[in-house]
Amino acid sequence: MADQPLLSCEALSVDYGTGDLRQRAVEDLSFHIDRGEAFGLVGESGCGKSTVALAIMRYLGRNGWVSGGAIRFDGTDIASLSEGELRALRGARVAMVYQDPLSSLNPVMPIGRQLMEVPLLHRTRNREGARELALRALAEVELPDPEALMTRYPHQLSGGQQQRAVIAMALIAEPSLLILDEPTTGLDVTVEAAVLALVDRLRRRRGTSVLFISHNLGAIGRLCDRVGVLYAGRLVEQGPLHQVFGNPRHPYTRGLLNSVPSLGRDRRGRPLTPIGGTLSEASRLAVGCAFADRCPHVVDGLCTGQPIALEPVAGEASHIVRCVMSPRLPAFSWADEGGPAIAEQPAAEPVLEARGLGKRYELSGPSGGRTSLEALRGIDLVLERGRTLAIVGESGSGKSTFARIVLGLTDATEGELDFRGQNIARLAIGRRSRDLRQRLQMIFQNPDSTLNPSHTIGYALERTVGRLHRVGRADRRAAVGKLLQLVQLPANFAERMPDELSGGQRQRVAIARALAAAPEIVVADEPVSALDVSVQAAIANLLKELQVDQALSLVFISHDIALVRYMADHVALFYRGRLVEVGPADAVFAPPYHPYTQMLLASVPDPAAPSQRAAAPEAGAATAPETTRGCPFAARCAWRIDGLCAEVEPPILEPGEEHRIACHLTLQELPRHIGQAA
Amino acid sequence: MTDIADIVPIAPPTPARGLRVLRLTTAGYVGVGIIAFWVAAALLAPVLPMAAPNASDLGALANPLPSAAHWLGVDLSGRDILSRIVWGARTVLTVAPIAVAGATIAGAMLGLIAGYRRGTLDSVLSRISDVILSFPVIILYMIILTRFGASALNIVLVITVTKAPIIYRLVRAMTLELREREYVAAAQMRGESGLYIMLVEILPNARGPIIVDVCLRLGYTTIAIGVLGFLGIGLPPPTPDWGGMVRETYGMISLYPHMAIIPCVAISTLVIGFNLLAVGLRRKARHG
Amino acid sequence: MPRYAVRQLGYMALTLIGVSFAVFVLNEFAPGDVARKLLGAYATPEQVEHLTRELGLDRPVLVRYFDYAGHLLSGDLGQSLTFKVPVAEILWDRLSNTFLLAGVAFLVIVPIAILFGIAAGIREGSLGDHAILIGANFISSLPEFATGVFLASIFAVWLGWLPGTSPMSTGGNWSLASQLVMPVLVIALYDVGYLIAMIRVSMIAVMRQPFIRTAVLKGMSRRDVIVKHALRNALIAPFTAILLQVNYLVAGVVVVETVFAYPGFGRLMLQAAMSKDIAVVEAGTLVAVLIAMTTQLVGDLAYMLLDPRIRVSK
Repeated sequence: MADQPLLSCEALSVDYGTGDLRQRAVEDLSFHIDRGEAFGLVGESGCGKSTVALAIMRYLGRNGWVSGGAIRFDGTDIASLSEGELRALRGARVAMVYQDPLSSLNPVMPIGRQLMEVPLLHRTRNREGARELALRALAEVELPDPEALMTRYPHQLSGGQQQRAVIAMALIAEPSLLILDEPTTGLDVTVEAAVLALVDRLRRRRGTSVLFISHNLGAIGRLCDRVGVLYAGRLVEQGPLHQVFGNPRHPYTRGLLNSVPSLGRDRRGRPLTPIGGTLSEASRLAVGCAFADRCPHVVDGLCTGQPIALEPVAGEASHIVRCVMSPRLPAFSWADEGGPAIAEQPAAEPVLEARGLGKRYELSGPSGGRTSLEALRGIDLVLERGRTLAIVGESGSGKSTFARIVLGLTDATEGELDFRGQNIARLAIGRRSRDLRQRLQMIFQNPDSTLNPSHTIGYALERTVGRLHRVGRADRRAAVGKLLQLVQLPANFAERMPDELSGGQRQRVAIARALAAAPEIVVADEPVSALDVSVQAAIANLLKELQVDQALSLVFISHDIALVRYMADHVALFYRGRLVEVGPADAVFAPPYHPYTQMLLASVPDPAAPSQRAAAPEAGAATAPETTRGCPFAARCAWRIDGLCAEVEPPILEPGEEHRIACHLTLQELPRHIGQAA
Repeated sequence: MTDIADIVPIAPPTPARGLRVLRLTTAGYVGVGIIAFWVAAALLAPVLPMAAPNASDLGALANPLPSAAHWLGVDLSGRDILSRIVWGARTVLTVAPIAVAGATIAGAMLGLIAGYRRGTLDSVLSRISDVILSFPVIILYMIILTRFGASALNIVLVITVTKAPIIYRLVRAMTLELREREYVAAAQMRGESGLYIMLVEILPNARGPIIVDVCLRLGYTTIAIGVLGFLGIGLPPPTPDWGGMVRETYGMISLYPHMAIIPCVAISTLVIGFNLLAVGLRRKARHG
Repeated sequence: MPRYAVRQLGYMALTLIGVSFAVFVLNEFAPGDVARKLLGAYATPEQVEHLTRELGLDRPVLVRYFDYAGHLLSGDLGQSLTFKVPVAEILWDRLSNTFLLAGVAFLVIVPIAILFGIAAGIREGSLGDHAILIGANFISSLPEFATGVFLASIFAVWLGWLPGTSPMSTGGNWSLASQLVMPVLVIALYDVGYLIAMIRVSMIAVMRQPFIRTAVLKGMSRRDVIVKHALRNALIAPFTAILLQVNYLVAGVVVVETVFAYPGFGRLMLQAAMSKDIAVVEAGTLVAVLIAMTTQLVGDLAYMLLDPRIRVSK
């Protein structure tokens, strides 16, 4: 029947484990996907969204099982299918795209063969026919030179190309439902935008239904028609995209939307509001609202104690929410207003200055040849006292290399780095004086490896204090207590081990450790990228407060340009080791833009205005060969001047004071609108 | 917002952290039991009520099979087998742990240094280790022990030198991986010395696989000591040595098989004990 | 890759020189050593000195070494003191016996190890897996002489189905084949345990990889997933381990050869070492090292060929 939904999830419950160790991953989940529509499932880590995808494919592994409800695909209950019917379903009628494309592909099998397996399994016995289909699929996902790609191995492709190949493999048998489970996590922002745009085009062209699972609200906004919000395994809100994002009626949805930085929010505006607390296992089993222990609007007795049903929102019939307090919530407003314009801040004295900084690696290749890799070249930057300098770049931009040079973990091969009159560009950490080490500290990206799993929190902090200041035992202990307080952690955390803490808590400890030195400059290298969205907001806010409190000069490195807008006084954009634009934040975020800046800005999906910003078209291949002459962005630039940009080093333009852009275009020709094609 | 005092970690504190390593699977406990048995035998050897291991009871040769006077019988020289087995346990359980300890300490230290410092030292050490590992060790044993004689010290030295590279390779591989962890960089940034980083930051996180390997090494070393004894290049007589016992008596298996079988069973059970313990630890490390 | 192979060959040559020098020095350093051995334990110091000078054994070590090396390269491996034949002759004879034994054992071990290792790996955590793991562990805990004694007691002494020794002589009641059975069995039992464990671990690791899930969710049957996707990946790492068993099989089987009186290379080396038959020891060591390094090199090259991540760069 044409009216029947393609996929229908009815009161689904999924458990893991048995007996004492049983955990409920999904509780009483109901949603449906119609033919041709794109449905998004949003939630943070631990909400159970991936479990739903695996349940649909009936691939829960030995430990997981459906403990209640049913999943119907095209009217048939999936649980009732035989093994043979299930195999016929997988790959041919329902296909999946995964989070990490490299490990989802067989490393020792050529791509072409992996693609051909799908039609050979489901449609034809003819190898030639399968090959044709594979070639066509590769072309459809806009991969260059499909013929050559057929014999390549996965590791020879870039991340974006791998994911396109996986998408091709999923679509080759023309499934009715495509499931995407966090398909762009780990990809560069610009690559992510391109991949999402591709999926959108393909699904509209073919009429494929899509189940898009992600924690990234912006991505969901770009792709989906309807959306469901999951928390602790339960559906808390569901409805058409514009209604849910435009008029969120559940406190958790509001919390999520408010903790996502957007380009409209600069550092003077209303702060991001993180969601307090953490998801606890106990809340999963709560009879009442699972969000009660973290909700700012909770009313005891009403929200707890009895099950809460999904109710439609007033005036929006297909928009349902599971919240008793929902009708009483105030209207939701997007915090897009910037604050009142503050008078121009006087330029502060520079405390760290890079001049012509560069780093070149000499590598010996597997066959014995020598190649050199230029990680950084010609970096001129200034960090002013008490301010935040943000460095924005994607993978391979050299931003982490820069951080490591500042800290002495690696040395520059050219240029200078001036700190307090001393050139530290080639001063390795082992040769720095204690005084110098104390003044420069770093916060790292990965909360899983930033703390030694064999040491207690207290030991790590005490040791740092002791090594960098000459203080006695009692003073050290007191210092640890004060540090924990600064990062808003209870004092008894000093006895805990890192694996007992959540990711956000570990990052706080990492910040405390950096502060233990009482530094002048703190370099934060992607400090929040590995955390859940709501936690990111909390840590970002913490950093801002601490910067003022402790009079720090902060170098904030990130790939998230919207977060940078929220944090930074000055912004520098790196691309493949070179500086393409630098200046005060207000100037950089206002036109004219460097083409790369423009592309970055365009790829930021905005939940407040979903589908509004289309990604700037990618003019060149996603992976360009190493260029040592000319503009590093030339291969991907939509405004490229043939014969000039790839050959000659671009001049420095100065659209404003302290604002520099490296580009061959004139000031008038530079892009001024986001989303504008060449 | 939430009160600081209300912030809780996501997991309760695990009790007795230092003892984490001791929770084992059933197989592991069986292994511990076997090892404990032999350790007890070795320790109690001097006080157990049995004949001296080298005392020949020529009268018993008429009927060497197990009897009331000699619970496991006597060997070709009339010596009490039970006594020789118990004293043999003492020999093995002295030499093997010392050799493995030597190999582990040497291998681990060198592996840490090579993995952390890299450079020429790493290349040289790794090359040497490769050579030793690819060398047929039996030949090495034969040459060294026939040239310099087979004293306990020589045996320990030879085993140390041949087993150290395995641990070296293991620790080096783990060090290479662990040195990239951010907490190592954090330690460098507070000016810790290389020695501190290797011993306090890196080594504790490598202890799991090292402990499992030590158990395996103990098993292999026990076999190695037995083999040396069997080939005649082990500890010189009259030291009771299980391998030597087999060597002296396996020619008689058609008549008196018990003389050779009993020491074989002894050595087999001890090695099984070590291997089961290793399996138990490894599974615990993965699933625990 | 050819550059890599050439470099490794260079290292090999260097190592051989180093090893031969070390062994040479070890055995012939003190000038009186050789002469004393030739003349026996009752020789007088004058006789020893006389013979030393006559044989030119009082020249400096390096000179003697180059002399020796020269002989080696021209194919003269010296004379065996104990066997009274040219070293080359006895060496080759014994080596071919060992190759036969090793070859048969290898052909038995590898298929069984792969079969059981994979069977255990695909059923991780199940009863079958546990059984195979414990079983493999058990048999690799038994020293070869123990297995030899046990098997000989049962099959030779008690049942009389197989010969108790294997001198590889054609006269007598037992066929050559039957003389091989127990030695091969003992070697196989000892070695297969280790290989099964290795292959099992590799298979488990592969089955946990996401690309296996991808294959299943394409609609492939479990059997096809294992054969087409898992196997090749799982066998890459154990391949080198399997190859290195050759190493062990050449000299490490001395125990088996001793138990069954098999006239092999290992036993030759043992006898030579104990009776100070220097020429045999030196030549034998070099051969063993040569074989060891060659298998290592072949293993490394094969690994590079098998894994496209190493073979093909981006």
